[in-house]
Amino acid sequence: MGEEIKLIKDGKRLDGRGFEELRPIKIEVGILKRADGSCYFELGNNKVIAAVYGPREMHPRHFQDAKMAVVKYRYNMAPFSVDDRKRPGPDRRSVEISKVSREALDPVIIKEYYPKTAIDVYVEVLQSDAGTRTAGINAASVALAAAGIPMRDLVSSIAVGKIDGEVVLDLSAAEDNYGEADMPVAMVARTNTITMLQMDGQFSKEEFERGLKLATSACRKIYELQRTALVEKYSESVGEGEA
Amino acid sequence: MRSMYKVVVPGDFITEEVNRAGEGTYVADGRVYAMKYGIIDDKEEIKVVALSGKYVPSRGDIVIGKIIEISYPYWIIDIGSPYEARLHLSELAKGEEKRIEFGSMNKYLDLGDLVVAKVLNVDSMMRVDLALKEEFKIGGRGRLLEISHTKVPRVIGRSGSMIKMLKEKCNCFIFIAKNGRIWIKGSEDEMNLASQVVLMIANEAHTSGLTDRVANFLDSFKRKKEEDKGKEWEKK
Repeated sequence: MGEEIKLIKDGKRLDGRGFEELRPIKIEVGILKRADGSCYFELGNNKVIAAVYGPREMHPRHFQDAKMAVVKYRYNMAPFSVDDRKRPGPDRRSVEISKVSREALDPVIIKEYYPKTAIDVYVEVLQSDAGTRTAGINAASVALAAAGIPMRDLVSSIAVGKIDGEVVLDLSAAEDNYGEADMPVAMVARTNTITMLQMDGQFSKEEFERGLKLATSACRKIYELQRTALVEKYSESVGEGEA
Repeated sequence: MRSMYKVVVPGDFITEEVNRAGEGTYVADGRVYAMKYGIIDDKEEIKVVALSGKYVPSRGDIVIGKIIEISYPYWIIDIGSPYEARLHLSELAKGEEKRIEFGSMNKYLDLGDLVVAKVLNVDSMMRVDLALKEEFKIGGRGRLLEISHTKVPRVIGRSGSMIKMLKEKCNCFIFIAKNGRIWIKGSEDEMNLASQVVLMIANEAHTSGLTDRVANFLDSFKRKKEEDKGKEWEKK
């Protein structure tokens, strides 16, 4: 049944990309006025918004940590983000993604500066096309920095996978559905520290190593884009107000 | 041409001179990195001045707070921070032979009242104790502005140059607290102008040459106003 679908034609993928090619990325910082930090992130057809609030008072009180801030992360898909309307609200999948994404960002946040507080990260998926958790982590990382949260580094994230026997970077929805493996990776690009790694499907050891290599170099590229977006936010000319 | 400050993001390498590492930086493997998203302040110490972030009180800060709860013998005060502050009632009864009874605390300071206070102490549990300033109660015909506390130094300016200019040219009473709250008192027009300028400073805090630009803005505003007056005169 699955045999019919060819994901690679003439050495190109369905959307015309090469094996090691990312989808186009767009990053905008500070799009939400009322959030302490926010970021809009596009990865091909994935569109996500991350908003960071806090550090703020932790409620309920008994979740407070007397020594450090608590990071909360909510990944949520809009009902209109997929082809068939998604039932709104948290489900098994989004609870899991929230947990792993939180843990992907947790190691870089210096939480000791704000004891007893909560740092809330909300990631809303507006449009989905495979790889939303990685897009969400990228967006959240930028939004955390924009909120002035002390951090050791930025986190970058991307998925690799296997389609028609080939290891490729950044799976699209079709490749995710009909491919053989999908492996989202989040890492601190500067130090090559992996903060999240999941795998769905099967890789041989060699394929895994090749995939990780692809992800590492892609994360570096994404890191550069994240950095540029943040730096440019404050390099915008201040046209108005000039007499 | 306006030169830009150098913007850094968390994880950016700053210098190898570890002993100069200041606020907003961290040291790892004998190198100094940025801990916050902000601009580099390269003086004796090398610091990263954050462009955003929440206010954390420290001892000696002067803040503007708002009473949000009365729980005997404390007033609980919002100081625009993740941490609430408290004010003991003895602060108000100080020096006088009055006793404040349970249930009558709101006669002295009620919910919603604004106070100017000094941070007496912050303990390891982040409990914040306040002491009142002599002229502690603010209210009446004035206006409270709130900007990010990270931008307060810019509004004050180098050795107070910016705020001095603001006060003179807007003809307003302006009080800036460490937590980013600003109290302005003056005529309606003057307050409008002053708030507009304060917000302008906050929005452009990361650019250099700001004092000159603000001065230009205020002067051109004044000129325009005088011209308008002249026109009205002609009409008459």
